[in-house]
Amino acid sequence: MVGREKFQRALNELENKLIELGTFADRALKNSIEALEMKDTGRAIAILEKDREANRLHEEINDFAIMLIATQAPVAIDLRRIITGIKMADNIERIADFAVNIARSTIRIGQEEHIGILMQVKKMYEITSEMLKMALSAYHDEDTQKAKKILEMDDKVDALYDQTVWDLFEFRQQTPQGTMQIIQLLLVCRYLERAADHVTNIAEHIIFLVKGKRYSLNN
Amino acid sequence: MGGKNMAAVTYSANPVEVFVTSREETATSVAGKNAVFSVRDLNLWYGEDHALKNINLELKENEITAIIGPSGCGKSTFIKTLNRMVELIPSVRIGGNILYRGKDILAKSYKVEDLRTRVGMVFQKPNPFPKSIYENIAYGPKIHGIRNKKILDEIVEKSLRGAAIWDEVKERLHENAYGLSGGQQQRLCIARCLAIEPDVILMDEPTSALDPISTLKVEELVQELKKDFSIVIVTHNMQQAARISDKTAFFLSGEVIEFDRTKKIFSSPADKRTEDYITGRFG
Repeated sequence: MVGREKFQRALNELENKLIELGTFADRALKNSIEALEMKDTGRAIAILEKDREANRLHEEINDFAIMLIATQAPVAIDLRRIITGIKMADNIERIADFAVNIARSTIRIGQEEHIGILMQVKKMYEITSEMLKMALSAYHDEDTQKAKKILEMDDKVDALYDQTVWDLFEFRQQTPQGTMQIIQLLLVCRYLERAADHVTNIAEHIIFLVKGKRYSLNN
Repeated sequence: MGGKNMAAVTYSANPVEVFVTSREETATSVAGKNAVFSVRDLNLWYGEDHALKNINLELKENEITAIIGPSGCGKSTFIKTLNRMVELIPSVRIGGNILYRGKDILAKSYKVEDLRTRVGMVFQKPNPFPKSIYENIAYGPKIHGIRNKKILDEIVEKSLRGAAIWDEVKERLHENAYGLSGGQQQRLCIARCLAIEPDVILMDEPTSALDPISTLKVEELVQELKKDFSIVIVTHNMQQAARISDKTAFFLSGEVIEFDRTKKIFSSPADKRTEDYITGRFG
């Protein structure tokens, strides 16, 4: 294929920026769960401070995409790639925000003795993180099969979330003095469940990118 | 007599000498609802060069159809076939049918003069006559026998208003048309085309010689005109096709690769070649 090498390079650059933001969000999520597990409030504070980087990358992607639309008059697959880029960046940036929220909960829990649901939280995180990695790889490979697989994984996160909410409810009845921690852990689970939903959104955008049609995976 | 799809017509440079080997006057098949032009199995050769290959298209009433494709793909040839201007080129042979309002314009008995009264054309470069603005517009109606000054005045004003240029020229109707800017000259040519009250307007890259502001004025005008006319526009400007047309046909090497709603063509074309062309990967 000939022509528009410079534009093609710009599209590759957009992809690289998205992968960079996605990798950042994934790492932030990992750090936030590890900080929670180890009651490491110092590390949690560092996550809050580093979030600026995600915001900067998010803005950079949006500005870059706007510049490409304004100067390159993209159509068809090129236009879908840029629009998908903007939407993916929004979703990924939100996932990075959830990592920040989890870090805040970690700070609030402080050095309190953990009630026994961390394994479930970790499991939710592991699936969500795997979903995010798979979404980035699906985007790179324009692979709709991987995108559809993300839906199945989201179902697992949802099921774990429902189960964990019930477990936390039980703990609340057994240990009323642990209410503060239970609320924070409930929030952490909610953040992870929402993060997985945002990955599902990304998967839908990838299907739109490849097929040019909209699919709703959340129904 | 050959089968109706295989009918071959040979035209010489002089339309009077048109030689038709086989053609039914009216094709038996019925044109689609609201179809202005129904093109059926159209093939065209310049000598040995097969310039249009099995073209099948329906051009609908009050729609703007954009024809896009790389240079030499046959888009200008195609549009010039719709008013039979293509037969001015020696050694042209045409096969197939072009039904205009249900009648085959390639039929021996179809008068080309009638066709060109119904199907007007605007060209790439503005080509006003070296006459006054008024005379440019009145020329066609006069040829059609209108002599009444009052009626001619009305036609001139209506046509110039229709082409969105009246306010710019109403004080200087008797000045030479060459004194107008390129964009004004092109709108004058569109007004001249409107003066004979055509049914279809063919436009062969009407804005390629114009500056961006004049281009936008002509584009807006074209969209206004579709209320009353059916328009076929050849354009190299992809964004123009996307902005103004209802349907788009992508031509490549004499074939129609894809013909669909413009929205579909420019958002998710079905054919990879269309996608490669509109995204600027070749052409």
